[in-house]
Amino acid sequence: MSDLGELYQQVILDHNRNPRNFKRVDAANRRAEGHNPLCGDRIQLYVQLDGDTIQDIGFQMPQGSGCAISKASASLMTEAVKGKPVTDAESMFQAFRDMLAGGANAPGKLAAFSGVRAFPSRIKCANLAWHALHAALQNSAEAVTTESAKDF
Amino acid sequence: MLDTRRIRPDFPILAQKENGQRLVYLDNAATSQKPQRVIDAIVHYYNFHNANVHRGAYTLAVEATEAYEAARTAVARFVNAWASEAVVFTRGTTESINLVAGSWGRANVKGGDSIVVTAMDHHSNIVPWQILCQEKGATLRMVEITRDGRIDLADFGRALEARPKIVAFPYVSNSLGTVNPAAQLSKLAHGAGAVTVVDGAQSSPHLRVDVQALDCDFYALSGHKMLGPMGSGALIAKPALLEAMPPYHGGGEMIERVWDDRSTWNKIPHKFEGGTPNVEAAVGLAAAIAYLEQLGMDKVSAHEQELARLAIERLSQIDGVTIYGPAGGHRAGVVPFTYGDIHPHDLATILDKDGVCIRAGHHCTQPLMRRLGVAATARASFYIYNDVDDIDALVTAVRKAGELFGVLAS
Repeated sequence: MSDLGELYQQVILDHNRNPRNFKRVDAANRRAEGHNPLCGDRIQLYVQLDGDTIQDIGFQMPQGSGCAISKASASLMTEAVKGKPVTDAESMFQAFRDMLAGGANAPGKLAAFSGVRAFPSRIKCANLAWHALHAALQNSAEAVTTESAKDF
Repeated sequence: MLDTRRIRPDFPILAQKENGQRLVYLDNAATSQKPQRVIDAIVHYYNFHNANVHRGAYTLAVEATEAYEAARTAVARFVNAWASEAVVFTRGTTESINLVAGSWGRANVKGGDSIVVTAMDHHSNIVPWQILCQEKGATLRMVEITRDGRIDLADFGRALEARPKIVAFPYVSNSLGTVNPAAQLSKLAHGAGAVTVVDGAQSSPHLRVDVQALDCDFYALSGHKMLGPMGSGALIAKPALLEAMPPYHGGGEMIERVWDDRSTWNKIPHKFEGGTPNVEAAVGLAAAIAYLEQLGMDKVSAHEQELARLAIERLSQIDGVTIYGPAGGHRAGVVPFTYGDIHPHDLATILDKDGVCIRAGHHCTQPLMRRLGVAATARASFYIYNDVDDIDALVTAVRKAGELFGVLAS
């Protein structure tokens, strides 16, 4: 498979075209905004926590904002963490980040982003939603940007 | 068109591959590549003439000073400045505009005054004025653009009714390729009592510039977009304004006498060049100017316009491609576009695999992007070494992106 095929795997193209959980969650009790000032991409993340469980999760991106990588990453992330305990979500975030930094593939469909490793300029796109999730779970009030989180 | 077969070998970087493909460099509005002649001029300067300028009594220092001042004369001639001392060397357009804001602006703008910019300005011709306005309690007025990407002259006229202190605008838009009627805008602004600041970052590499004909008060340029080194640039200003302005940076070189508690200032332009200047950059810029003058700026301009026309024609044939900027008339070699619902960043990644380097994003013009109703665009921008093969590569790669993504018209 070519590098481009590795990057834009079918599952990524599919989630870009038909993002899952692409919605505002009215019952959300945690939310966070992610912003990549380099490209202007923005994500608004809504999390409904029930005790320690992510009951519901959704995201929105302004019209025209969000490349295929950032949108598909957000979509697959919401699928992966929905219904899971916060600790599972945090360890998935760790595994995802490790994968992009050159480590082993993250579990399940998240491995679709392994091709991003070969495109350093796109790693921030893949990480954006996860940083927003981390901020939402930490209940951090301020918007996260790809430039302020030191480990992006 | 220019004979690119003779020009391309002058640029060593063009011989190298990008991802195993012929390097198709189409991000010239961001920075241009450098001919061997410019690289050699910098090396030659360090090998044979390096010393601090305007200080030493020895021969080497005299040579360095002569090289530095010869570069100033070259810049002055290139834009037909009022005099050599009208040229202040800076790090580039951004620093030039900040110099005007920090010196002329601080001394002349007061609370309640207004400053005018346009919605197609680069952040470097917006943010320095925002900072000044916030400091002084002045108002920043942004002139709207028309649907086809030109400055809205009716709104420009309305903005002048407030009798602004400063009117700033780009000669050529980096995001749209629009060539603005700079002489007309300057005349209108002067009629309202304003001084004019022209962002020449995109015009200097691509047009024959005559600041006296434009009759602007300040003109800012960057060397790195016109074959020169990074960190080279100039502010060109009417000498009488420079004479009246307070210094920008305090330090060595910019003073006449330094007392314990006060100082007097050196003559212009040295008053604005505190500290050891970037002589290497000035020497490299002079070599770049010599290269461009040898080609002839009218031919450079015609070459880029033809490439832009052809690129627009070819890209427009692809279903789902939208081109931004003026449809007809004078436009520079900048072609901004979007392709269906493919995000420009994905386009740029896909094109790069074919060796095609374009810019994707907001191009440091967020107010303009909001008005265009897009988060980002893809932008191909041309220069003297680009040819029809480059346009073929661009169009082929864009079509390939469409096949990969299965474009939906947005």
